[in-house]
Amino acid sequence: MPNKTFFWFFLPTGLAMILFIGLPIISTGIQSFYAQHDQVVKEVKKCDPFGCTVSIVVDNEETSKIREAKPLGKFNGFGTYTDRNHLAVDEIKKFWNETESFGAFVDQVTNLPFYKALIFTLTYCLFVTPNVLLLGFIIALSLNAVARKIRGPLIFGTILPMIVTPLVGSLVLFWMIDSQGIIGANIQNLMNDPYLSLKSSKTLTWITIIIYGIWHHSPFAFVVFYAALQTVPQEPIEAAIIDGASRFQRIKHIVLPHIYPVVTFVALISLMDNFRVFEPIIGFSAEGSAQSLSWLIYDNLVNEEVILFGSAAATSMMTIIGIAILLAPVLIRTWKEFKTAR
Amino acid sequence: MRKILVTLLFLLFGTSAFADCNIKSGSINILANDFPALRTFVETSKQCKGSADFKVTHSSEHNKIAVPALTANPSEFSARIAANSSIVPLMNQDLIRPLDDLVKKYGKGIQDSQLITIDGKVMAVAFMANTQHLYYREDVLKDLGIAIPKTYEEVVAASEKIRASGKMQYPYAAAYKAGWNLAEEFVNMFIGHGGEFFKSGSAEPNINNAKGIATLNMLKKLSELSNPDYLTHDSEAIKVEWESGNVALMTLWASRSGTLLDDEGDPNITKATKLTGPATVGGGNIPAATLWWDGFTLAKNRSDADAEATFRSLAHAASNKKMVADAADQAVWLVEGFVPGPKSIGVIEAVKMGAKPYPMLPQMGLMHGALGSEIVEFLQGKESAEQALKDVEAAYISKAKEQGFL
Repeated sequence: MPNKTFFWFFLPTGLAMILFIGLPIISTGIQSFYAQHDQVVKEVKKCDPFGCTVSIVVDNEETSKIREAKPLGKFNGFGTYTDRNHLAVDEIKKFWNETESFGAFVDQVTNLPFYKALIFTLTYCLFVTPNVLLLGFIIALSLNAVARKIRGPLIFGTILPMIVTPLVGSLVLFWMIDSQGIIGANIQNLMNDPYLSLKSSKTLTWITIIIYGIWHHSPFAFVVFYAALQTVPQEPIEAAIIDGASRFQRIKHIVLPHIYPVVTFVALISLMDNFRVFEPIIGFSAEGSAQSLSWLIYDNLVNEEVILFGSAAATSMMTIIGIAILLAPVLIRTWKEFKTAR
Repeated sequence: MRKILVTLLFLLFGTSAFADCNIKSGSINILANDFPALRTFVETSKQCKGSADFKVTHSSEHNKIAVPALTANPSEFSARIAANSSIVPLMNQDLIRPLDDLVKKYGKGIQDSQLITIDGKVMAVAFMANTQHLYYREDVLKDLGIAIPKTYEEVVAASEKIRASGKMQYPYAAAYKAGWNLAEEFVNMFIGHGGEFFKSGSAEPNINNAKGIATLNMLKKLSELSNPDYLTHDSEAIKVEWESGNVALMTLWASRSGTLLDDEGDPNITKATKLTGPATVGGGNIPAATLWWDGFTLAKNRSDADAEATFRSLAHAASNKKMVADAADQAVWLVEGFVPGPKSIGVIEAVKMGAKPYPMLPQMGLMHGALGSEIVEFLQGKESAEQALKDVEAAYISKAKEQGFL
């Protein structure tokens, strides 16, 4: 396609992307450098049905004056990024100097909210993404091998997890693993431990969420792989059969190289999706044991009665950077291949 | 014949108090939490809507919607049913209007004690009181010869006895869901120990002390007597546990007693469900509970006409003797004419025992938020009480700095 044609084709999408993705990201970025003005408080008398007390309230008149003068807030630079609830630079320095063993240092660091969330997010990504790819590929291969007649209903059944809204899917599983639910109660019986609860143990909660993630995301990989499998040319496969290649050898040497670009694509998309893991945490009420970066943003925006825009913005920016770092190797590789192909 | 008909019609309409409901215009849109008493309240105010537009959103997620929805101009809602804690963010952001003029003009039946005044201005009109108190299963306690617990130490002892008897595995329940609910339990217990959340006159946290540690240890003891999934249980979930007969002692909101004691569910359990005041803890004499009021506030970013219409319809409910008589078992109404029934025992006992109201401080929401996430690891046994409290203070300080309180 000539560059000019491409430009006109891309223009509407490009504009929409700048308007709805680019500008909000810039605005979030600016927001992350600001904190709220110092609160002007005053002591007043407060009366309610239970009696009167003297305590403080925010002085709205004074505050609105300051706000009008500087609507963005107080410039904080990287202050929000480096505070204890984010990168915690000072705390980490302190832990490094104070702790005696490396293990104790790691313990202290992983106790900080941002690192706690980062570790869960990365663990989730590292376990879910490869398994999704593998499972999706296996399902696609098996479905490709069954008789055409029953393929339709089977495909529909396979993509069901993707059709079910994530929140609903996780809620269903949440009730099943309840200590009185079908899975939870059976596991208790099996382990002979009436105090065993999938929801109260951190490790088991993580495992549950990861399994849920694999279940939910595999259909996406499957659909793409299945489509790609349809384009695999039959001749080389037939030739390989005649040469006496086993099924495994055929897949390894013919099918996989053929659909390799698609695998990269699915890996990229899965990584991005998984890095933003959020719904299962809400669905499983797992806030206590598992927090992801997206959940931190959500928590800053809604869980408190006071909304922390600066914190949420800073975490958002760091999530974007995190995704960029994760995707970098795959992107660089694709770019190199693209170059050599030309 | 016609005369009789007219008289009959008169009687019909005369019975419901249409005292001052001649609202000609304006639109009313209410945001409220979702529990039976609030539904009754809003329904009652709807009777008085006149020809105004009337909309209501009942949601247990009301806290998350309120500030953004009221910040918009014009705001989505003309009124927000708030409580001691949820009025604070509205005050902090200057989102609600003083009601003095409207109270003077249309608030005839509202009692002075219902008015929430801050710095001399009426900011909300309260209509019900709430607290968390103990519920117990009379049959279970009687069988095992256990006296009704008055302190949390007795609750622990009683629960251990019930567990040892083999009747129930997890005899105690409270809403310990990580987040707001868990933090609320900490707040109750900390106040029961006589704790103050902030150093006097400042926003500096003051929980990392002996009282904080005692609070955490008590919460931990209670959690060990609860269903192992306690960190995912909110008020609704423990209500279900109770109704399935798995629990014999429970700390729950007074406003939930109505649904707990209704005709649904096992009649034997319902019959044996009894209410008592909140428990004290650690030898203290004030209960480990906080008093709450629910009241209505009006949005600032809304036209005066809408505010007037909304106030008139809500004031109708907030002074409605018929409502408090009909729905006497749904809540402890602060409205004139309310005769407390057996379901109000919890709140009345709490007031008698000198329970403290939930602290109405601008920075309290940040403390509550920090508590909700940072004490979880202690309950899971992954962290010491000192470390958990240190984390809470550190998390709070970062947030308070960003928010300009420190």
